[in-house]
Amino acid sequence: MNIPFTRHRLDNGLDVLIHEDHGCPIVAVNLWYHVGSKNEKPGRTGFAHLFEHLMFEGSQHYDRGFFQPLQEAGAWLNGSTNADRTNYWEVVPRNALELAIWMESDRMGYLLPALTDAKFETQREVVLNERRQNYENRPYGFAGMALVGALYQPDHPYHWLTIGAAEDIRAARLDDVRAFFQTYYRPRNASLTLAGDVNTSEVLAMATDYFGGLDAGDEAPAVEFEPPSRISSETRLILEDRVELARLYIAWHSPPLFAADDAELDLVAEVLASGKTSRLYRTLVYEERMATEIAASQNSREIGGFFQVVATAAPGRTLAQLEQALARALAEFVDEGPTAAEMERCLAQAEANFIYRLQTVGGFGGKSDQLNAYNMYLGDPDFFDRDLARYRHVTPEGMQRVAREWLRPDGRIVLSVVPKGRADLALDRSQPVAVS
Amino acid sequence: MAVDRSRLPALGPEPPFRFPEIRRRTLPNGLAVWTVEQHAVPLISFLVLVPVGAAADPPDRPGLAAITSDMLDEGCGDLSVIELHDALGRIGGHLDAEIGSDATIVTLTSLARFAGRGAALLADMLLRPRLEARDFERVRELRLNRLTQIRDMPPALADRAFAQLLYPDHPYGHLPIGTEASLRAMALSEIGAFHRATFAPSRITVVASGDATHEELAGLVNEAFGGWVGDPSSAADPRRLPAAPPSPSGRIAVLHRPDAAQSELRVGHVGVSRATPDYHPLLVLNMVLGGQFVSRVNMKLREEKGYTYGARTSFDFRRGPGPFSLQASVQSEMTVDAVLDALSELRDIRGDRPVSKAELETGRAALTRGYPRNFETAEQISRGAAQLALYGLPDDYFSTFVPKVLAVTEADVTRVAMEHIDPSRLLTVIVGDRDKIGPSLPRLNLGVVTEVPAA
Repeated sequence: MNIPFTRHRLDNGLDVLIHEDHGCPIVAVNLWYHVGSKNEKPGRTGFAHLFEHLMFEGSQHYDRGFFQPLQEAGAWLNGSTNADRTNYWEVVPRNALELAIWMESDRMGYLLPALTDAKFETQREVVLNERRQNYENRPYGFAGMALVGALYQPDHPYHWLTIGAAEDIRAARLDDVRAFFQTYYRPRNASLTLAGDVNTSEVLAMATDYFGGLDAGDEAPAVEFEPPSRISSETRLILEDRVELARLYIAWHSPPLFAADDAELDLVAEVLASGKTSRLYRTLVYEERMATEIAASQNSREIGGFFQVVATAAPGRTLAQLEQALARALAEFVDEGPTAAEMERCLAQAEANFIYRLQTVGGFGGKSDQLNAYNMYLGDPDFFDRDLARYRHVTPEGMQRVAREWLRPDGRIVLSVVPKGRADLALDRSQPVAVS
Repeated sequence: MAVDRSRLPALGPEPPFRFPEIRRRTLPNGLAVWTVEQHAVPLISFLVLVPVGAAADPPDRPGLAAITSDMLDEGCGDLSVIELHDALGRIGGHLDAEIGSDATIVTLTSLARFAGRGAALLADMLLRPRLEARDFERVRELRLNRLTQIRDMPPALADRAFAQLLYPDHPYGHLPIGTEASLRAMALSEIGAFHRATFAPSRITVVASGDATHEELAGLVNEAFGGWVGDPSSAADPRRLPAAPPSPSGRIAVLHRPDAAQSELRVGHVGVSRATPDYHPLLVLNMVLGGQFVSRVNMKLREEKGYTYGARTSFDFRRGPGPFSLQASVQSEMTVDAVLDALSELRDIRGDRPVSKAELETGRAALTRGYPRNFETAEQISRGAAQLALYGLPDDYFSTFVPKVLAVTEADVTRVAMEHIDPSRLLTVIVGDRDKIGPSLPRLNLGVVTEVPAA
């Protein structure tokens, strides 16, 4: 993939990355702030995301809501928060680029004068409703919270989900917003990518004009954390939920994004559970018909990862049966490694997935988002080819080794999510877990 | 340079936009082949449009079209299901099959260098599915399990209840997945017969797009699909489309979900078909009413009241009159207040608070200025093109879209709001905790509450 770009660091520390693609008369504006839920503290969770909502409520020089002028200009826009970063993006017709830059720079520089208690209270309610919709009122919606709660000790920055605890969201105060903004929403803590139908020198001048005068601020404090406590024996948990079919989650600690073994584990997940010919689908869904669905993923993030296998039991099957079948399949993989056919498949899929992600200039994903990811996590936006090479260099022996080293039977969390009143479907000796 | 923050910068001149060229041809067997070049990335995507969907399910067999499409990749030609998916994996293939009321759309995207193999596999799936008993039993079981899981999925429950109540005894009255009774009664032979009668080359359009020339793309399709001869049983059109049903007698229905954290809402009535001459004014109306973030409904329910994470409206334009609806998931305690606000918004836009000039301009501009971004990737272009084929839209549809939207006036929007939103016919469906919301339901003044059974 040839994705030429230029990078400039403004005097206030803001990185500006520019990629020209003249295929369509649109430009992606993609702005990352290096702050997410891992910058929060226990008891104050959910704040980075709540803050993201306030970024759409107006800033000093345009205090009427962020969406109106941009949607009227034909923009598509949104933002998202995860554990490691918060991003804001617009995909605009080329003639609206200056508008988008004006708006983004205004909220980077001048959010606080426009902040009011009323805005804050309404967005707190919106976020609580987002939590109800996507977690509380959704089958298996609490499983993720239970898993990260068990994988990471209470003061580890990944111990909570980005949405946070409802009582923490209720306890947030307007003063917290001011402090958070001044600490993290600084040019030196951000990376701006402009990708699309642009002329590099023109838009660099424009970005410099609008962002260059903003105060650099102090360096954001580093996230302090102890590595997650090693899981020395299997932990079994049970969660009764409003679901019809029991579901088993198995999770292990795994390496961070871009670290050694990360790509191997990605491909292990692919071989285990991607598509109908994958090992687990084939065994559990196709042959044994004991599961209705199966998934595996290497969830790698900035300071750590976890590998997860999820299987939903067919009616009449117990999670103990599922667990035995999964354990057998995994042990077999560790013993034999991937077959030649599996290697061919997972490498082709890895290459295709890589390209699929780069079809668009922006939006959720796309080239602009990927450039910012490389820049923020690696300080090296020119990483496309080496990223793909990480996968091309994976060997069968490497996959076998990482499965053996990371996916240990005695070093895992096993969560049974069962219909209310059906604890009998769970693995035995599971401890109830409290999440809400 | 100091920047001027006293006002927003003006937009520059609108960039010219050339729509991707779609070349159309028809193979001797009647198959329509449309091609689009898109050389940005080394991918090629094939989209197969079968203009027959869940609305073609026989009345006593809801779910037949969907399970038929589900069986396509369960083994085909010489390949078992496992062998087929092994082959798809080796070309980095992404296979997707989706079914709506009016159409079944199967797409396969792969690395460009494997496109020939991709086209051959796709043709095998569509023309020569094995339809074996053992696979059918397994797929049916998975679909039954899915139906079981839906019992705990408020959005699906609301969609199903809404469709059933708006379209009794009508092809639009069920979800594509069908019902437990129908799936259990279904025989494999019915799927074979449905497949033979439906999947006919003369009915189907294949859109090939991506990193190759028009000639190469058409050649790939011809190679894979050119030898296809339709079954005689496919001569008759399997689709049926009776007149839209009368409005339901009740105005409000509740599906009780104890302790639900939110109420899932659908408010609407039978709307218009894709062929309506009011298509463009209705798009503008919807943008103002509930089609984007800054629309009235979202600004009221989310940004002003904080009742919900988001609320929206849509006209579902289908071959026959599809539903018009408002959708939101709202905090349980605020359910009745949210419905009252929703009903007000749907009523007011018809004249009490007609669309303003500023709203009109925002709505039109969002549709027209944002239009080019729908043509960035090969798959986006294919999906857009498939809509033209499905609804028989003219070849110049894309290039006339912007002028037609810009021609819409305030009076047009108010007129179509009056004509196509009828407050007296609106049905409100609530999936939520009746014990929490029941006592305040009389405030809605919508009459007798229909109880919707949970399963």
